Amino acid sequence: MEFTATLKIALRALSRNKMRSILTMLGIVIGVGAVIATVGVGQGAQQKVQEQIAAMGTNLIYVSSGSVNRGGTRLGIGATKSLVYDDMTAIVGEVPLIASAAPGASATSQVVFQNQNWSTRINGTEPQFFTIRDWSFAAGSSFTEDDVTHAANLAVIGDTVRQNLFQSANPLGQTIRIGNLPFQVVGVLSAKGQSGMGADQDDGVYIPITTLQKKITGQNWLQNIVASAVSQPASYAAQGQITSLLRDRHRIRAGQDDDFQVRNLADVAQLADQQSQVMTMLLASIAGVSLIVGGIGIMNIMLVSVTERTREIGIRVAIGATEQDVQWQFLSESVVLSLLGGAAGILVGAGASLIITKLLGWAILISPTAIVAAVVFSMAVGVFFGYYPARKAARLDPIEALRFE
Amino acid sequence: MATATLNQITTAADHRAATAVIRVQDVHKYYELGETKVHALRGINLEIEPGEFVAVMGSSGSGKSTFMNLLGCLDKPSSGRYFLEGTDVSQLDKKTLAGVRNRKLGFVFQGFNLLARTTATENVELPTLYAQLPKEERRERARKALEMVGLADRMEHFPAQLSGGQQQRVAIARALVNRPSILLADEPTGNLDSRTSVEIMQIFQDLNGQGLTLVLVTHEQDIAQFAKRIVVFRDGRIRRDEVVKNRPRAADVLFELPAQDD
Repeated sequence: MEFTATLKIALRALSRNKMRSILTMLGIVIGVGAVIATVGVGQGAQQKVQEQIAAMGTNLIYVSSGSVNRGGTRLGIGATKSLVYDDMTAIVGEVPLIASAAPGASATSQVVFQNQNWSTRINGTEPQFFTIRDWSFAAGSSFTEDDVTHAANLAVIGDTVRQNLFQSANPLGQTIRIGNLPFQVVGVLSAKGQSGMGADQDDGVYIPITTLQKKITGQNWLQNIVASAVSQPASYAAQGQITSLLRDRHRIRAGQDDDFQVRNLADVAQLADQQSQVMTMLLASIAGVSLIVGGIGIMNIMLVSVTERTREIGIRVAIGATEQDVQWQFLSESVVLSLLGGAAGILVGAGASLIITKLLGWAILISPTAIVAAVVFSMAVGVFFGYYPARKAARLDPIEALRFE
Repeated sequence: MATATLNQITTAADHRAATAVIRVQDVHKYYELGETKVHALRGINLEIEPGEFVAVMGSSGSGKSTFMNLLGCLDKPSSGRYFLEGTDVSQLDKKTLAGVRNRKLGFVFQGFNLLARTTATENVELPTLYAQLPKEERRERARKALEMVGLADRMEHFPAQLSGGQQQRVAIARALVNRPSILLADEPTGNLDSRTSVEIMQIFQDLNGQGLTLVLVTHEQDIAQFAKRIVVFRDGRIRRDEVVKNRPRAADVLFELPAQDD
């Protein structure tokens, strides 16, 4: 029988039991809706993470002093003293893909202002650090290169530190104590919130590297170097060049482990991306289960329908319907059911992800891939779960079917 | 014309083979019911010529229903051969048989068997749909078939809005719409009152007058009288096969029947 006629018969048969058809469809609506919504929300989350990582700077290269193997005992990251200030100058000087670099060393210390105190990380660095990280100032500015040369007692504080020490008071020009040393606050960083990894990026104090090394830690090695490549694609090549430069400078022979680590934030971004993708897939497959449950609902109703319409099947066979005709008739009913359900599910899912992303303040993302997948999947559900009842209908003995009351 | 008796069939088979609409040769049918074997047909030989009107009679269990199912290509004989217009349909596969039922046979049942909530026209159109005729022709044929059974004014009615006689006439129109070689009617008057029964027989006689071959199963002697030939089944065999003498015209009978007042 021709396609339109089959479709018409299917639609008519379904409209005869409107309530039943709608309820059966509801299973598919919920399944498809859940898939679309979870994929939409998952992708929204993914984009949010990517944005945060991009804010960290994807062309950043992070060099840290590495673990070292001393007589079989492997010490953790930061255990070596081999990363020094000259390594940083060499990186900037000899790796053309590097635009800028800043040294980093840190210590944890108690910071005191009047009767308030707060334990935080004291980071020694240079002014270009703030440019490399693209951190902006809420008030004041960075200490200068001159201040670094003179090992001045000046500090830039993060927003969390400001809240804990100053509350609503203006910190600029105030003197705080780090350990036993007085420091003047010259800058306050803008709040950045949590990093993509969940760490508080605002909890820290930044002072000239020289001041930290000479007056607080008494050590002259660095814990890390933050460098920025000229572009994000260049960061991979720069990463390799830094590695060979440092191996050379640290006189590491071929086959020996590095005593430092070079990480590219683009890698980190990729990792985070993969994680959120895995999460999205997980959620979508859970939602997919409800689609299968919806399919079972279709199968159930189709089986009932075949039994109810046994006599009709007998009549159709008697007047010349082939097994194929009968099979197509019932199969098209289940496919129409699941496709209509799928279409409604897309609307429901899109609506749900719209509301969720709006509530969370994310960008709205309704993936066309998810929509296509949902349509294809719901059609497949219709065919898969409609096949058995349709087969059963087609195989009915017409003589028995005509006798059926 | 249709004076074939059992003996004559065997002798005159050769020159008739080409013209017979239905030729059944030594057909047996067994059913396996668990351990027991039911022998429903025990060697049936029958020929039906174009333009015949045959009434098949017999008590229940005589094998007449089994025989009708075989004639209708809804079932296959266990042994023996069945030629429909010269084609041995006992050897055909299911799909081809569906085509045979669709184009060469028309069915009329006791219980009308119309699709509910489907208009008269759509019911009549159904076989043309399976025959894959173009849309306009489907409509046209359905309209003509309904006119032929006198239901030109009931085309868009649903079965529930029609009387039993009218429903059976829709079923007859449906059986005729693909212009079959033969119309098979299984107890077509079983659910109808006597006057409506005669009306249906009048339609059958008219159709037969226009050249249509009819086979009618009935257990009512007075209904069988309207046919030209009566074949009586008993215990899976043909017991009698005779021409109806002094066949009444249904139109005359109707004229004499008192019209119901209610």
